[in-house]
Formats: sequence, C-alpha cells, structure tokens
Amino acid sequence: MLVLVFSAVKDPSFLRETNVQSILQWVPLMVVMGLGQMMVIITRGIDVSVGSLAGLTAILVGLVTRSHTDMSAPVALALGAITGLILGSFNGLLIAFAEVPPIIATLATMIGYRGLAFIASRAKQIDSNQIPQSLIDLSQRGPFRIGGLLCPWILVLAIVIVGLGAFFLKSTRPGRDVFAVGSNPPAALLRGVSVKRTQFMVFALSGLLSGIVGVFYMSRYGFVNPGSAGVGLELMVIAAAVIGGTNVAGGTGTVLGLIAGCLLLATINVSLAVLGISENYQQLVYGVTILIGVVLDGFVKQNAARLRAT
Amino acid sequence: MTKIWRRPETTTALLVLLTFIGGDIYSPKFPNVAYLLDNTTLSIETGLAALGMTFVIISGEIDLSVGSTLGLTACLFAKLLNGGIPWPIAGIATVATGCMLGWVNGVLVARLKLPSFVVTLGTFAAYRGAAQALMNAESIRIPPSLAGVDVLHLPGTAIPDELVFLIVMAIICGVVLGRTVFGRWVYATGSGIQSAIYAGVPVARVKALVFVLSGFMASLGGMLMDSRLSMAEYSHGLGLEIDAITAVVLGGTSIFGGEGTIVGTMLALLMLVFLRSAMGIANVSAEYQLAAIGSLLILSIIARNYVRRLSLSRERRMLSQAKPAQES
Repeated sequence: MLVLVFSAVKDPSFLRETNVQSILQWVPLMVVMGLGQMMVIITRGIDVSVGSLAGLTAILVGLVTRSHTDMSAPVALALGAITGLILGSFNGLLIAFAEVPPIIATLATMIGYRGLAFIASRAKQIDSNQIPQSLIDLSQRGPFRIGGLLCPWILVLAIVIVGLGAFFLKSTRPGRDVFAVGSNPPAALLRGVSVKRTQFMVFALSGLLSGIVGVFYMSRYGFVNPGSAGVGLELMVIAAAVIGGTNVAGGTGTVLGLIAGCLLLATINVSLAVLGISENYQQLVYGVTILIGVVLDGFVKQNAARLRAT
Repeated sequence: MTKIWRRPETTTALLVLLTFIGGDIYSPKFPNVAYLLDNTTLSIETGLAALGMTFVIISGEIDLSVGSTLGLTACLFAKLLNGGIPWPIAGIATVATGCMLGWVNGVLVARLKLPSFVVTLGTFAAYRGAAQALMNAESIRIPPSLAGVDVLHLPGTAIPDELVFLIVMAIICGVVLGRTVFGRWVYATGSGIQSAIYAGVPVARVKALVFVLSGFMASLGGMLMDSRLSMAEYSHGLGLEIDAITAVVLGGTSIFGGEGTIVGTMLALLMLVFLRSAMGIANVSAEYQLAAIGSLLILSIIARNYVRRLSLSRERRMLSQAKPAQES
C-alpha cells in the first residue's frame, strides 16, 4: 500500500509544485471526513450522507457569513462543527434508536440534506465575497513553508484532528468500545458496552467531522454551490478508508492506513488531471478502488477462516 | 392463512387509496385515468428494478448498483445499435451483460461473504464510472424505429404496452417467489442463514442468483429507458435505486430479509406513481420530491420496526401467561 503511494509520489511528473500543493490542500478534507467514516465502518455501519452533510453545513455557515463577513475563522469552524454534530446526531438517532439500517438511513438523509441545502439557499450559491477573508486564508496561508511548498492551516488542523482521533480510538474507553462493537456486537453487549450509544456516537462524530470539512470546503474553493458542494465525497472517503485497510465487515481499521488511503486517492486524483485523463474516469477509479479493498478483505478473511479450520 | 388486515400489503393498499384521494383533492386533473396510465410509463424501469430488488431484499441483502447497471447497459445497447448490430442480437448481448454485472455483485457477496451494501456501493460507482468512460459525457441517439416504446398502447384502449409488460413480469416474479422451490429458498436464506444452511438450502447460489436477477431486470429497464427517451446517456437511471428500494420497503418487505411479496412492491410502486404525478401537477420542485421520497423510506421502516416490536412484546406476554398454566 505505502509503496504504491510512494512510487506515485516519486514519479518525477508528479513532483511539480502545483500538483503537490493541490494534494496538500485536498488531503485535509479527505482525512478529516475519512476519520469519521472509518469509525462508522469499524462499527459495521456506513455513512453515505457525509458529502451532502458537508454541503449543507457549508451552505448554512455561508448563509451566516453572508451577513457577517468579518467573522473569524475559529467561530466559523465551531459553527460548522455544531451544525455537523446536529445533522450527524439525526443520523445516529435513526440508526441506533429507530433501528433503521445505516445504509438506508444515510441514503435517505443523503438526498434529504441535499434537498435542504437547495431549500435553505433558495438554490443560490454562496459567492466568494460572502465568505470571510480569514476563512479563505485558512487554506491559502499557512504557518510555514517546506522548500517552496506551503503547508496550509487546514492541513495543520487536519493533523491535529487526526492525532486526536487516533488517541481517542486507541486510548480512551469510548474509543475502544468502537472496536468492541464492530468485532462482535453481542459480545460487546455482554461486556457491558452500550451498542446503541456507541453507534449513535460514531454517527454523531462522523457528522461533526463532516461539518468541519464543510467549512474547509468553503475555504478551499471560495464558493459554495448547493448542487455540487461535497457531491461524491462519500465515495471518495469510503474508498480511502477501505483501501487503507479498514475492514468492511467491522472490527478493524487504523488511522495510519486511512492516511495512506487518502494520500493514494488524492495522488490518483491529481495525476489523472495531470495525465490529461478526463474527469469521466474519476468515478470508475473510486468504484474500482472500493472493490479492490473489499475483495482483499474478503480473501484475507477466507484465508483466516481456512487457517482456523486446519 | 393470515388475516387480511394483518398483512403488511393491506397497509400499502390503504396508503395507495389515501394518496389517490389526496392527489384528487389537490389537483383537478388527477382522476383523469388516461393521464395516470400514461404517467405509469415513467416508472416502468423503476418497477422492473423493484421486482429484482424484492428478491434481493427478501434474501437479506441490498443492491445499490441497479441504477448504475441500468445506465451502463443502456449505454451499451445504444452503442451496439449504432455499431450496426441488429436489435435482437444487441438486446441479447445487453441482457447478458446485465446478468453478468449482477453476477459480479452476487459472487462477491456470496462467495467472499462480504456485506452487500459495500460491494454494491463499489459497483454503484464502478458501473456508473464505466458508463461515463464509455460515453465520454456524450449522448447517443437510438434508431427511430426503436424509439418511443412508451407511446404504444394496447389497440383500442388507453393501456400502455409497457405497463402490460411490467404486469406480466410481476406475475412471473410473483409465481417464482411464491410458488417455486427457488422462491422458498430465497425466503429461507433471508430469515436465517444458519437454519437455511442446515435445511440444505444452497445459500451461496441463491444469493448469487438474486443479484443476477436484479441485474437482468436493470438491463431490461435500460433498454426501455433508451427507447422512451430515444437516446442513451451515462446518467440514465441515476438515483433509481432509492425509488426501487422505497417501493420494496413500502410494500411491506422487511429490510432485514425473510418477509415480503411482489404484490406489496407493485402496490407501493402504484403509490409512488400517484405521489410523483400529484407532486408533478402541483409543481413541487425536484428537491422537495426527493426529500419526500427519502422521508417516506425512513418512515415506512420506522413504522414497521414499531409494529414488529409491538407484536414481539405481545407474543412475549402471551408466553409468560401460558407458562404457569402448563406448570400447574
């Protein structure tokens, strides 16, 4: 896996600064959203609403900044996080307490949140002059440069968030519960882990992180269109999580694998553009990536079963 | 035999009536039978996909790739026709491709024992992506002789041929599901995989076959959509899986597998046709329509879960009352 990323990055044609720069500005969005998705997949769920959720959050935050163009970036981020948390909690309620299967619940909220984005914005896009400059700077400026490459603030934020996420999953009780629920729900229940509460938590967290990504999106693109903001992001992060070694049958997944998966997809994404391959192939790439990850999982599982049998 | 008012389809039938009356109140055009019959032709592809989806969901799985399969096969059909291949051969090739695309889903789910929502999400993107790569964002026209299947009617009536086709397919599916060994296997697989294996059901083959059936139905839908719109585009059938799943679940099929009927699915489809027509006439925008379908999907599952919990607790109460009587 890592080798693949490495060789792609090492290929001289990718080393042009603009390409690496655009990877650096794209990866933060994917890893932050992917972190939430990974937690959901570890508990045997899936969240396909994240793209629409990020889009709706960006629209809602944009509607506020439209009349408060002097808003500071931390306030906007907090606003996005809270909005995302509320939307994600709604997913969590449907799944954990109304017992709707995750794929159905998030499929419905995927179209529901997209519809709300249209309704809230009256189908008008948020323009760049309606987004505070401090927010734009988040992705266009950074604390330091490495050899001409800017390390944008959103990358710094993403690293902090992912670090916190890794700590949460590894060393806290609710974090361990995520794995317990995913590897064997009945056993987790017997051990005193509340399966429902954990399910609710991962979907709420996925919403919170996607809300933050919504604000990142505003910063990265400088405009928010209700029809296109965040469309297809769900496939991208699911692909990144799955190819990064998160087991689709639940129970395992690591932050490092996720980061590698995101880097791989971002590299592929940028290299497709560089090589002049049209956008028409992008979706094919995500689909095939998901399938490869899934099939690898399947073979690993079958081998494990065979080993156990002998 | 279950009492008629306890069958889930009865609720669906009542809902159909309700939407019909609701639509009637909202718009003066609504009770126009010819108009409604013509409107059904917009939902034939969804109906075919929903038939396949009924098998898939009863067997305890889900197929998110039907819309993409429909899109890819529709593009393939148009490409073949434009390559000068006569339509019967192109049609057979298209249907074969549809079956194969479904089979890929089925094998990954059944043999590698992977969750179907991830596998079909992967093929959902891959098949749509393949269609996009095949077409390069262009659209292809269909030969005029094959266009416009939706305007054909049974001679002397207002009944569209396409509707007749769907009803025939539904009857075949209903018989297969309700009256054959394969149908019993599908129910058995969905209601409990372990007990199905112990009962000698070839679970893996059943699962692979329901996905093949789903792909087959999607490819039929793809050709019909080509003909109806007289052109092919990679975006054919985009979002169709949501309507199909909604029709199945609304028709009383349990999302957890093991229960459901074709009659229910068809009734729910009729309700969706009424709902869409009524919303169309009332000028409800596409976003609201989607949101409405999404809410319907969620509500139907929540309602069913609630009913199931009620009946479970009633059974438990009856059991606890029965026990002391046995002991004494």
